[in-house]
Amino acid sequence: MTHTTASPSSPPPTVDELRAALLACLAPPANAWLDGALTDAAEAAAAPAGAPPGRALPAWELRFAEAGRRCGAEDAADQARVLLLRTARPDATAVARLYRQGTAAERRAVLLALDHLDLAPADGLALVEDALRTNDTRLVAAAVGPYAGRHLDAHAWRHAVLKCLFTGVPVDAVAALEERAHGDGELARMLGDYASERTAAGRPVPDDLSRVLAVAGKAEES
Amino acid sequence: MRIFDPHIHMTSRTTDDYQAMYDAGVRAVVEPAFWLGQPRTSPESFVDYFDALLGWEPFRAAQYGIVHHCTIALNPKEANDPRCVPVLDELPRYLVKDSVVAVGEIGYDSMTPAEDTALATQLQLAADHGLPALVHTPHRDKLAGLRRTLDVVAESALPVEHVLLDHLNETTVGEAKDAGCWMGFSVYPDTKMDEDRMVAILKSHGPERVLVNSAADWGKSDPLKTRKVGDAMLRAGFDEDVVDQVLWRNPVAFYGLSGRLDLERAEPADVQHEGNSILRGGE
Repeated sequence: MTHTTASPSSPPPTVDELRAALLACLAPPANAWLDGALTDAAEAAAAPAGAPPGRALPAWELRFAEAGRRCGAEDAADQARVLLLRTARPDATAVARLYRQGTAAERRAVLLALDHLDLAPADGLALVEDALRTNDTRLVAAAVGPYAGRHLDAHAWRHAVLKCLFTGVPVDAVAALEERAHGDGELARMLGDYASERTAAGRPVPDDLSRVLAVAGKAEES
Repeated sequence: MRIFDPHIHMTSRTTDDYQAMYDAGVRAVVEPAFWLGQPRTSPESFVDYFDALLGWEPFRAAQYGIVHHCTIALNPKEANDPRCVPVLDELPRYLVKDSVVAVGEIGYDSMTPAEDTALATQLQLAADHGLPALVHTPHRDKLAGLRRTLDVVAESALPVEHVLLDHLNETTVGEAKDAGCWMGFSVYPDTKMDEDRMVAILKSHGPERVLVNSAADWGKSDPLKTRKVGDAMLRAGFDEDVVDQVLWRNPVAFYGLSGRLDLERAEPADVQHEGNSILRGGE
Protein backbone atom coordinates (compact mmCIF):
# COMPACT_ATOMS: atom_id res chain seq x y z
CA MET A 1 0.00 0.00 0.00
CA THR A 2 1.39 3.42 -0.88
CA HIS A 3 0.68 6.59 0.99
CA THR A 4 1.43 10.24 0.58
CA THR A 5 5.17 9.83 0.58
CA ALA A 6 6.64 12.51 -1.67
CA SER A 7 8.77 11.04 -4.41
CA PRO A 8 12.39 12.09 -4.03
CA SER A 9 12.41 13.99 -7.31
CA SER A 10 9.32 16.16 -6.90
CA PRO A 11 9.14 19.16 -4.55
CA PRO A 12 6.69 18.64 -1.66
CA PRO A 13 3.25 20.18 -2.20
CA THR A 14 2.53 23.51 -0.56
CA VAL A 15 -0.32 23.91 1.90
CA ASP A 16 -2.42 25.50 -0.85
CA GLU A 17 -1.70 22.65 -3.24
CA LEU A 18 -2.63 20.09 -0.60
CA ARG A 19 -5.91 21.87 0.10
CA ALA A 20 -6.72 22.07 -3.63
CA ALA A 21 -6.00 18.37 -4.09
CA LEU A 22 -8.31 17.48 -1.20
CA LEU A 23 -11.02 19.80 -2.49
CA ALA A 24 -11.02 17.78 -5.69
CA CYS A 25 -11.27 14.36 -4.03
CA LEU A 26 -13.42 14.92 -0.93
CA ALA A 27 -17.22 14.89 -0.92
CA PRO A 28 -18.94 18.22 -0.06
CA PRO A 29 -19.65 17.35 3.61
CA ALA A 30 -16.03 16.34 4.12
CA ASN A 31 -14.84 19.55 2.47
CA ALA A 32 -17.08 21.60 4.74
CA TRP A 33 -15.71 19.69 7.74
CA LEU A 34 -12.13 20.34 6.58
CA ASP A 35 -12.81 24.09 6.23
CA GLY A 36 -13.96 24.22 9.85
CA ALA A 37 -11.05 22.08 10.99
CA LEU A 38 -8.54 24.31 9.21
CA THR A 39 -10.09 27.37 10.85
CA ASP A 40 -9.57 25.71 14.25
CA ALA A 41 -5.99 24.87 13.28
CA ALA A 42 -5.27 28.43 12.13
CA GLU A 43 -6.65 29.78 15.42
CA ALA A 44 -4.36 27.41 17.33
CA ALA A 45 -1.39 28.65 15.30
CA ALA A 46 -2.27 32.24 16.17
CA ALA A 47 -2.78 31.55 19.88
CA PRO A 48 0.07 32.27 22.31
CA ALA A 49 2.22 29.25 23.09
CA GLY A 50 1.59 27.48 26.36
CA ALA A 51 0.01 24.44 27.89
CA PRO A 52 -3.44 23.45 26.59
CA PRO A 53 -6.25 24.38 28.98
CA GLY A 54 -7.03 21.57 31.45
CA ARG A 55 -7.43 18.06 30.12
CA ALA A 56 -9.68 19.09 27.25
CA LEU A 57 -8.25 18.59 23.78
CA PRO A 58 -7.71 21.76 21.74
CA ALA A 59 -10.44 21.91 19.08
CA TRP A 60 -8.10 21.28 16.18
CA GLU A 61 -6.65 18.17 17.86
CA LEU A 62 -10.14 16.70 18.04
CA ARG A 63 -10.45 17.33 14.28
CA PHE A 64 -7.06 15.66 13.84
CA ALA A 65 -8.38 12.57 15.66
CA GLU A 66 -11.63 12.32 13.70
CA ALA A 67 -10.18 12.92 10.22
CA GLY A 68 -10.50 9.25 9.27
CA ARG A 69 -14.24 9.02 9.71
CA ARG A 70 -14.76 12.46 8.17
CA CYS A 71 -12.64 11.94 5.06
CA GLY A 72 -13.32 8.26 4.35
CA ALA A 73 -10.40 7.08 2.27
CA GLU A 74 -7.12 6.47 4.10
CA ASP A 75 -5.01 8.60 1.77
CA ALA A 76 -7.40 11.54 2.04
CA ALA A 77 -7.33 11.30 5.84
CA ASP A 78 -3.51 11.25 5.77
CA GLN A 79 -3.46 14.40 3.66
CA ALA A 80 -6.10 16.15 5.78
CA ARG A 81 -4.12 15.41 8.95
CA VAL A 82 -0.86 16.62 7.37
CA LEU A 83 -2.65 19.78 6.29
CA LEU A 84 -3.97 20.35 9.82
CA LEU A 85 -0.47 19.89 11.28
CA ARG A 86 1.09 22.26 8.77
CA THR A 87 -1.62 24.83 9.51
CA ALA A 88 -1.65 24.57 13.32
CA ARG A 89 2.16 24.41 13.50
CA PRO A 90 2.27 22.74 16.95
CA ASP A 91 5.45 23.06 19.01
CA ALA A 92 7.71 20.10 19.79
CA THR A 93 5.83 19.18 22.96
CA ALA A 94 2.48 19.10 21.17
CA VAL A 95 3.89 17.16 18.20
CA ALA A 96 5.29 14.53 20.56
CA ARG A 97 1.96 14.29 22.37
CA LEU A 98 0.02 13.93 19.12
CA TYR A 99 2.33 11.13 18.06
CA ARG A 100 2.47 9.30 21.38
CA GLN A 101 -1.26 9.56 22.01
CA GLY A 102 -2.16 8.86 18.39
CA THR A 103 -3.59 5.86 16.62
CA ALA A 104 -1.38 4.28 13.97
CA ALA A 105 -3.02 6.55 11.36
CA GLU A 106 -2.40 9.68 13.45
CA ARG A 107 1.22 8.68 14.07
CA ARG A 108 1.67 8.15 10.36
CA ALA A 109 0.39 11.67 9.67
CA VAL A 110 2.82 13.19 12.17
CA LEU A 111 5.69 11.34 10.49
CA LEU A 112 4.56 12.49 7.04
CA ALA A 113 4.40 16.10 8.23
CA LEU A 114 7.69 16.15 10.18
CA ASP A 115 9.71 17.79 7.46
CA HIS A 116 7.31 20.75 7.42
CA LEU A 117 7.22 21.38 11.17
CA ASP A 118 9.67 23.61 12.95
CA LEU A 119 11.37 21.04 15.17
CA ALA A 120 14.89 20.66 16.48
CA PRO A 121 16.38 17.50 14.93
CA ALA A 122 16.44 15.64 18.26
CA ASP A 123 12.70 16.18 18.75
CA GLY A 124 11.67 14.81 15.40
CA LEU A 125 14.25 12.04 15.39
CA ALA A 126 12.85 10.56 18.59
CA LEU A 127 9.57 9.97 16.75
CA VAL A 128 11.26 8.61 13.61
CA GLU A 129 13.26 6.19 15.74
CA ASP A 130 10.13 5.10 17.59
CA ALA A 131 8.39 4.33 14.30
CA LEU A 132 11.41 2.44 12.99
CA ARG A 133 11.27 0.17 16.04
CA THR A 134 7.76 -0.97 15.10
CA ASN A 135 6.88 -3.68 12.63
CA ASP A 136 3.92 -1.73 11.26
CA THR A 137 4.94 -1.22 7.64
CA ARG A 138 2.73 1.87 7.30
CA LEU A 139 4.70 3.55 10.07
CA VAL A 140 8.05 2.36 8.78
CA ALA A 141 7.25 3.71 5.29
CA ALA A 142 6.20 7.09 6.72
CA ALA A 143 9.30 7.25 8.94
CA VAL A 144 11.84 7.04 6.10
CA GLY A 145 10.71 10.28 4.43
CA PRO A 146 12.70 13.48 3.85
CA TYR A 147 13.08 14.25 7.56
CA ALA A 148 14.84 10.93 8.17
CA GLY A 149 16.81 11.39 4.97
CA ARG A 150 18.17 14.65 6.30
CA HIS A 151 18.64 13.87 9.99
CA LEU A 152 19.17 10.15 10.67
CA ASP A 153 22.80 9.32 11.38
CA ALA A 154 24.57 6.84 9.11
CA HIS A 155 24.09 3.78 11.34
CA ALA A 156 20.38 4.38 11.96
CA TRP A 157 19.77 5.22 8.30
CA ARG A 158 21.41 1.99 7.09
CA HIS A 159 19.30 -0.01 9.52
CA ALA A 160 16.21 1.82 8.29
CA VAL A 161 16.99 0.78 4.71
CA LEU A 162 17.58 -2.80 5.84
CA LYS A 163 14.33 -2.74 7.82
CA CYS A 164 12.43 -1.71 4.69
CA LEU A 165 13.92 -4.70 2.86
CA PHE A 166 13.08 -7.03 5.76
CA THR A 167 9.49 -5.87 6.13
CA GLY A 168 8.66 -5.43 2.45
CA VAL A 169 8.40 -1.64 2.44
CA PRO A 170 9.36 -0.55 -1.10
CA VAL A 171 12.62 1.41 -1.04
CA ASP A 172 10.86 4.02 -3.18
CA ALA A 173 9.56 5.24 0.18
CA VAL A 174 13.11 6.03 1.33
CA ALA A 175 13.87 9.71 0.76
CA ALA A 176 17.36 10.69 -0.44
CA LEU A 177 18.11 7.05 -1.19
CA GLU A 178 20.45 7.66 -4.10
CA GLU A 179 22.43 10.42 -2.38
CA ARG A 180 22.83 8.62 0.91
CA ALA A 181 23.51 5.14 -0.46
CA HIS A 182 26.12 6.53 -2.84
CA GLY A 183 29.60 5.81 -1.52
CA ASP A 184 28.32 3.85 1.49
CA GLY A 185 30.57 0.81 1.64
CA GLU A 186 29.17 -0.24 5.00
CA LEU A 187 25.64 -0.30 3.60
CA ALA A 188 26.90 -2.36 0.67
CA ARG A 189 28.44 -4.85 3.10
CA MET A 190 25.22 -5.12 5.12
CA LEU A 191 23.17 -5.64 1.98
CA GLY A 192 25.62 -8.22 0.67
CA ASP A 193 25.48 -10.13 3.96
CA TYR A 194 21.71 -10.05 3.92
CA ALA A 195 21.67 -11.33 0.34
CA SER A 196 24.00 -14.19 1.36
CA GLU A 197 21.72 -15.06 4.26
CA ARG A 198 18.70 -15.18 1.96
CA THR A 199 20.55 -17.30 -0.59
CA ALA A 200 21.82 -19.71 2.09
CA ALA A 201 18.23 -20.20 3.24
CA GLY A 202 17.07 -20.89 -0.32
CA ARG A 203 15.00 -17.71 -0.36
CA PRO A 204 14.89 -15.12 -3.12
CA VAL A 205 16.80 -11.87 -2.75
CA PRO A 206 14.38 -8.92 -2.99
CA ASP A 207 14.72 -6.90 -6.20
CA ASP A 208 14.93 -3.76 -4.09
CA LEU A 209 18.05 -5.11 -2.37
CA SER A 210 19.86 -5.56 -5.68
CA ARG A 211 18.79 -2.08 -6.67
CA VAL A 212 20.24 -0.40 -3.56
CA LEU A 213 23.32 -2.62 -3.65
CA ALA A 214 23.98 -1.55 -7.24
CA VAL A 215 23.98 2.11 -6.15
CA ALA A 216 26.27 1.45 -3.19
CA GLY A 217 28.52 -0.85 -5.25
CA LYS A 218 28.87 1.69 -8.06
CA ALA A 219 30.03 4.23 -5.52
CA GLU A 220 32.76 1.91 -4.28
CA GLU A 221 34.27 1.74 -7.76
CA SER A 222 34.31 5.51 -8.26
CA MET B 1 -21.17 -16.80 4.72
CA ARG B 2 -19.86 -13.37 5.77
CA ILE B 3 -19.17 -13.06 9.47
CA PHE B 4 -18.64 -10.11 11.82
CA ASP B 5 -17.42 -11.29 15.23
CA PRO B 6 -18.66 -8.49 17.51
CA HIS B 7 -16.61 -9.57 20.54
CA ILE B 8 -13.21 -11.25 20.32
CA HIS B 9 -9.91 -10.57 22.10
CA MET B 10 -7.50 -10.92 19.19
CA THR B 11 -4.56 -9.62 21.23
CA SER B 12 -4.61 -13.08 22.85
CA ARG B 13 -4.81 -15.02 19.58
CA THR B 14 -2.30 -16.18 17.00
CA THR B 15 -1.90 -15.44 13.32
CA ASP B 16 -3.08 -19.01 12.64
CA ASP B 17 -6.38 -17.96 14.22
CA TYR B 18 -6.62 -14.95 11.92
CA GLN B 19 -6.05 -17.21 8.91
CA ALA B 20 -8.61 -19.78 10.09
CA MET B 21 -11.14 -17.02 10.81
CA TYR B 22 -10.67 -15.56 7.33
CA ASP B 23 -11.07 -19.00 5.78
CA ALA B 24 -14.31 -19.45 7.77
CA GLY B 25 -15.73 -16.16 6.42
CA VAL B 26 -14.83 -13.69 9.16
CA ARG B 27 -14.19 -10.29 7.56
CA ALA B 28 -14.65 -7.94 10.52
CA VAL B 29 -14.11 -8.04 14.26
CA VAL B 30 -14.61 -5.78 17.26
CA GLU B 31 -12.12 -6.24 20.09
CA PRO B 32 -13.44 -4.97 23.41
CA ALA B 33 -10.94 -3.76 25.97
CA PHE B 34 -10.94 -6.19 28.88
CA TRP B 35 -8.96 -7.91 31.61
CA LEU B 36 -5.71 -9.61 30.58
CA GLY B 37 -5.86 -12.58 32.94
CA GLN B 38 -2.94 -11.09 34.87
CA PRO B 39 -4.17 -8.05 36.82
CA ARG B 40 -2.83 -4.66 35.80
CA THR B 41 -1.33 -2.41 38.44
CA SER B 42 -1.43 1.07 36.88
CA PRO B 43 -3.19 3.23 34.29
CA GLU B 44 -0.01 3.14 32.18
CA SER B 45 -0.56 -0.55 31.59
CA PHE B 46 -4.03 0.22 30.23
CA VAL B 47 -2.65 2.96 28.00
CA ASP B 48 -0.20 0.59 26.31
CA TYR B 49 -3.03 -1.91 25.83
CA PHE B 50 -5.39 0.68 24.36
CA ASP B 51 -2.62 1.87 22.04
CA ALA B 52 -2.18 -1.70 20.83
CA LEU B 53 -5.92 -1.91 20.10
CA LEU B 54 -5.55 1.24 17.97
CA GLY B 55 -2.22 0.40 16.39
CA TRP B 56 -0.62 -3.00 16.17
CA GLU B 57 -3.73 -5.20 16.36
CA PRO B 58 -5.62 -3.57 13.45
CA PHE B 59 -2.42 -3.83 11.41
CA ARG B 60 -2.11 -7.51 12.27
CA ALA B 61 -5.76 -8.14 11.37
CA ALA B 62 -5.38 -6.33 8.05
CA GLN B 63 -2.57 -8.72 7.05
CA TYR B 64 -5.24 -11.46 7.07
CA GLY B 65 -7.99 -9.52 5.30
CA ILE B 66 -9.94 -8.77 8.48
CA VAL B 67 -11.10 -5.27 9.48
CA HIS B 68 -10.52 -4.53 13.17
CA HIS B 69 -12.36 -2.02 15.36
CA CYS B 70 -12.31 -1.82 19.15
CA THR B 71 -14.17 -0.67 22.22
CA ILE B 72 -12.38 1.13 25.07
CA ALA B 73 -13.17 1.09 28.80
CA LEU B 74 -12.11 0.24 32.31
CA ASN B 75 -13.39 -3.33 32.71
CA PRO B 76 -15.63 -4.31 35.66
CA LYS B 77 -13.11 -6.52 37.40
CA GLU B 78 -10.34 -3.92 37.51
CA ALA B 79 -12.80 -1.16 38.40
CA ASN B 80 -12.38 -2.57 41.93
CA ASP B 81 -8.63 -1.88 42.07
CA PRO B 82 -7.91 1.69 43.21
CA ARG B 83 -4.56 1.55 41.40
CA CYS B 84 -6.40 1.14 38.08
CA VAL B 85 -9.39 3.48 38.50
CA PRO B 86 -7.47 6.66 37.47
CA VAL B 87 -7.49 5.30 33.91
CA LEU B 88 -11.03 6.71 33.75
CA ASP B 89 -9.38 10.13 33.30
CA GLU B 90 -7.55 8.87 30.21
CA LEU B 91 -10.65 7.51 28.48
CA PRO B 92 -11.97 10.72 26.89
CA ARG B 93 -8.91 11.11 24.66
CA TYR B 94 -9.39 7.53 23.42
CA LEU B 95 -13.13 7.79 22.89
CA VAL B 96 -12.65 10.32 20.06
CA LYS B 97 -10.50 7.95 17.98
CA ASP B 98 -11.67 6.76 14.58
CA SER B 99 -11.79 3.01 15.14
CA VAL B 100 -13.38 3.15 18.61
CA VAL B 101 -16.96 2.07 17.98
CA ALA B 102 -18.28 1.72 21.56
CA VAL B 103 -17.48 2.10 25.22
CA GLY B 104 -16.83 -1.37 26.62
CA GLU B 105 -16.59 -3.82 28.21
CA ILE B 106 -18.28 -2.16 31.14
CA GLY B 107 -20.78 -3.69 33.58
CA TYR B 108 -20.68 -5.84 36.68
CA ASP B 109 -18.35 -8.53 37.92
CA SER B 110 -19.03 -8.79 41.68
CA MET B 111 -21.60 -5.98 41.91
CA THR B 112 -19.62 -3.71 44.22
CA PRO B 113 -20.05 0.03 44.85
CA ALA B 114 -16.83 0.63 42.86
CA GLU B 115 -18.40 -1.19 39.90
CA ASP B 116 -21.58 0.90 40.27
CA THR B 117 -19.50 4.07 39.96
CA ALA B 118 -17.42 2.86 37.02
CA LEU B 119 -20.51 1.67 35.12
CA ALA B 120 -22.47 4.90 35.63
CA THR B 121 -19.43 7.05 34.78
CA GLN B 122 -18.73 5.16 31.58
CA LEU B 123 -22.37 5.10 30.41
CA GLN B 124 -22.20 8.89 30.70
CA LEU B 125 -18.94 8.92 28.72
CA ALA B 126 -20.66 6.89 25.99
CA ALA B 127 -23.52 9.39 25.83
CA ASP B 128 -21.06 12.31 25.77
CA HIS B 129 -19.09 10.83 22.86
CA GLY B 130 -21.99 9.63 20.73
CA LEU B 131 -21.01 6.00 21.25
CA PRO B 132 -23.05 2.90 22.09
CA ALA B 133 -22.00 0.73 25.04
CA LEU B 134 -21.00 -2.92 25.24
CA VAL B 135 -22.09 -4.13 28.66
CA HIS B 136 -20.76 -7.39 30.07
CA THR B 137 -23.22 -9.23 32.32
CA PRO B 138 -21.71 -11.03 35.31
CA HIS B 139 -20.92 -14.73 35.29
CA ARG B 140 -21.86 -15.14 38.98
CA ASP B 141 -25.37 -14.16 40.12
CA LYS B 142 -26.20 -13.37 36.49
CA LEU B 143 -29.93 -12.63 36.66
CA ALA B 144 -29.57 -10.26 39.63
CA GLY B 145 -26.65 -8.65 37.82
CA LEU B 146 -28.72 -8.21 34.68
CA ARG B 147 -31.52 -6.50 36.60
CA ARG B 148 -29.12 -4.16 38.38
CA THR B 149 -27.47 -3.40 35.02
CA LEU B 150 -30.84 -2.53 33.47
CA ASP B 151 -31.59 -0.19 36.39
CA VAL B 152 -28.32 1.67 35.94
CA VAL B 153 -28.86 1.89 32.17
CA ALA B 154 -32.37 3.27 32.73
CA GLU B 155 -30.95 5.98 34.99
CA SER B 156 -28.23 6.90 32.50
CA ALA B 157 -28.21 9.40 29.65
CA LEU B 158 -27.65 6.60 27.15
CA PRO B 159 -30.76 5.33 25.31
CA VAL B 160 -31.37 1.64 26.00
CA GLU B 161 -31.33 0.89 22.28
CA HIS B 162 -27.66 2.01 22.27
CA VAL B 163 -26.74 -0.73 24.74
CA LEU B 164 -25.58 -4.25 23.91
CA LEU B 165 -25.93 -6.63 26.86
CA ASP B 166 -23.46 -9.44 26.41
CA HIS B 167 -22.96 -12.99 27.70
CA LEU B 168 -26.71 -13.53 27.86
CA ASN B 169 -28.28 -17.00 28.22
CA GLU B 170 -31.69 -18.65 28.60
CA THR B 171 -32.25 -17.07 32.01
CA THR B 172 -31.51 -13.48 31.00
CA VAL B 173 -32.54 -13.16 27.34
CA GLY B 174 -36.20 -12.41 28.06
CA GLU B 175 -35.66 -9.42 30.32
CA ALA B 176 -32.90 -8.04 28.09
CA LYS B 177 -35.21 -8.28 25.09
CA ASP B 178 -38.16 -6.69 26.90
CA ALA B 179 -35.92 -3.80 27.99
CA GLY B 180 -35.14 -2.98 24.35
CA CYS B 181 -31.38 -3.67 24.49
CA TRP B 182 -29.32 -5.41 21.83
CA MET B 183 -28.63 -8.99 22.91
CA GLY B 184 -25.18 -10.58 22.74
CA PHE B 185 -24.44 -14.29 23.17
CA SER B 186 -20.94 -15.69 23.68
CA VAL B 187 -20.54 -19.22 22.38
CA TYR B 188 -17.85 -21.24 24.16
CA PRO B 189 -16.54 -24.79 24.12
CA ASP B 190 -17.63 -25.63 27.70
CA THR B 191 -19.12 -22.61 29.43
CA LYS B 192 -21.45 -19.77 28.45
CA MET B 193 -23.58 -20.74 25.39
CA ASP B 194 -23.18 -23.55 22.84
CA GLU B 195 -24.28 -23.76 19.21
CA ASP B 196 -27.43 -25.83 19.75
CA ARG B 197 -28.68 -23.76 22.68
CA MET B 198 -28.01 -20.66 20.56
CA VAL B 199 -30.18 -22.06 17.80
CA ALA B 200 -32.93 -22.81 20.33
CA ILE B 201 -32.84 -19.21 21.60
CA LEU B 202 -33.03 -17.90 18.04
CA LYS B 203 -36.06 -20.11 17.42
CA SER B 204 -37.86 -18.91 20.53
CA HIS B 205 -36.85 -15.23 20.52
CA GLY B 206 -36.15 -14.52 16.83
CA PRO B 207 -33.07 -12.93 15.23
CA GLU B 208 -33.92 -9.27 15.83
CA ARG B 209 -31.24 -7.39 17.81
CA VAL B 210 -29.35 -10.67 18.40
CA LEU B 211 -25.55 -10.79 18.05
CA VAL B 212 -23.43 -13.93 18.34
CA ASN B 213 -19.76 -13.79 19.29
CA SER B 214 -16.90 -16.13 20.14
CA ALA B 215 -15.53 -13.89 22.91
CA ALA B 216 -12.34 -15.86 22.26
CA ASP B 217 -9.47 -14.82 24.51
CA TRP B 218 -6.56 -16.38 26.41
CA GLY B 219 -8.77 -19.03 28.05
CA LYS B 220 -10.37 -22.13 26.53
CA SER B 221 -12.32 -20.64 23.68
CA ASP B 222 -12.76 -21.00 19.92
CA PRO B 223 -12.54 -18.12 17.41
CA LEU B 224 -14.56 -20.14 14.89
CA LYS B 225 -17.67 -20.43 17.07
CA THR B 226 -19.43 -17.75 15.03
CA ARG B 227 -19.13 -19.88 11.89
CA LYS B 228 -20.22 -22.98 13.82
CA VAL B 229 -23.37 -21.17 14.94
CA GLY B 230 -24.06 -20.14 11.33
CA ASP B 231 -23.71 -23.76 10.21
CA ALA B 232 -25.95 -24.94 13.07
CA MET B 233 -28.57 -22.35 12.09
CA LEU B 234 -28.59 -23.59 8.49
CA ARG B 235 -28.89 -27.22 9.64
CA ALA B 236 -31.81 -26.22 11.87
CA GLY B 237 -33.66 -24.71 8.92
CA PHE B 238 -32.88 -21.00 9.14
CA ASP B 239 -32.25 -19.54 5.70
CA GLU B 240 -29.11 -17.73 4.63
CA ASP B 241 -30.75 -14.35 5.02
CA VAL B 242 -31.36 -14.88 8.74
CA VAL B 243 -27.83 -16.19 9.20
CA ASP B 244 -26.56 -13.03 7.49
CA GLN B 245 -28.76 -10.88 9.71
CA VAL B 246 -27.37 -12.41 12.92
CA LEU B 247 -23.74 -12.81 11.86
CA TRP B 248 -23.32 -9.61 9.82
CA ARG B 249 -26.14 -7.10 9.62
CA ASN B 250 -26.98 -6.95 13.33
CA PRO B 251 -23.40 -6.21 14.47
CA VAL B 252 -23.05 -3.69 11.62
CA ALA B 253 -26.25 -1.97 12.78
CA PHE B 254 -25.25 -1.90 16.44
CA TYR B 255 -21.67 -0.68 16.06
CA GLY B 256 -22.81 1.53 13.18
CA LEU B 257 -24.58 3.61 15.83
CA SER B 258 -21.13 5.11 16.45
CA GLY B 259 -20.98 6.53 12.91
CA ARG B 260 -17.37 5.27 12.86
CA LEU B 261 -17.67 1.74 11.51
CA ASP B 262 -15.62 1.62 8.32
CA LEU B 263 -16.09 -1.61 6.41
CA GLU B 264 -15.05 -0.22 3.02
CA ARG B 265 -11.82 -2.16 3.41
CA ALA B 266 -13.62 -5.45 4.13
CA GLU B 267 -13.16 -7.99 1.39
CA PRO B 268 -16.26 -9.79 0.18
CA ALA B 269 -16.88 -13.23 1.65
CA ASP B 270 -17.58 -16.20 -0.62
CA VAL B 271 -21.32 -15.60 -0.48
CA GLN B 272 -22.58 -12.07 -1.01
CA HIS B 273 -25.80 -11.18 0.64
CA GLU B 274 -28.24 -10.67 -2.23
CA GLY B 275 -25.45 -8.97 -4.13
CA ASN B 276 -25.37 -6.25 -1.49
CA SER B 277 -21.94 -4.67 -1.36
CA ILE B 278 -22.90 -1.73 0.83
CA LEU B 279 -20.81 -2.48 3.88
CA ARG B 280 -20.46 0.85 5.63
CA GLY B 281 -22.46 1.03 8.84
CA GLY B 282 -23.95 4.09 10.51
CA GLU B 283 -23.73 7.64 9.08
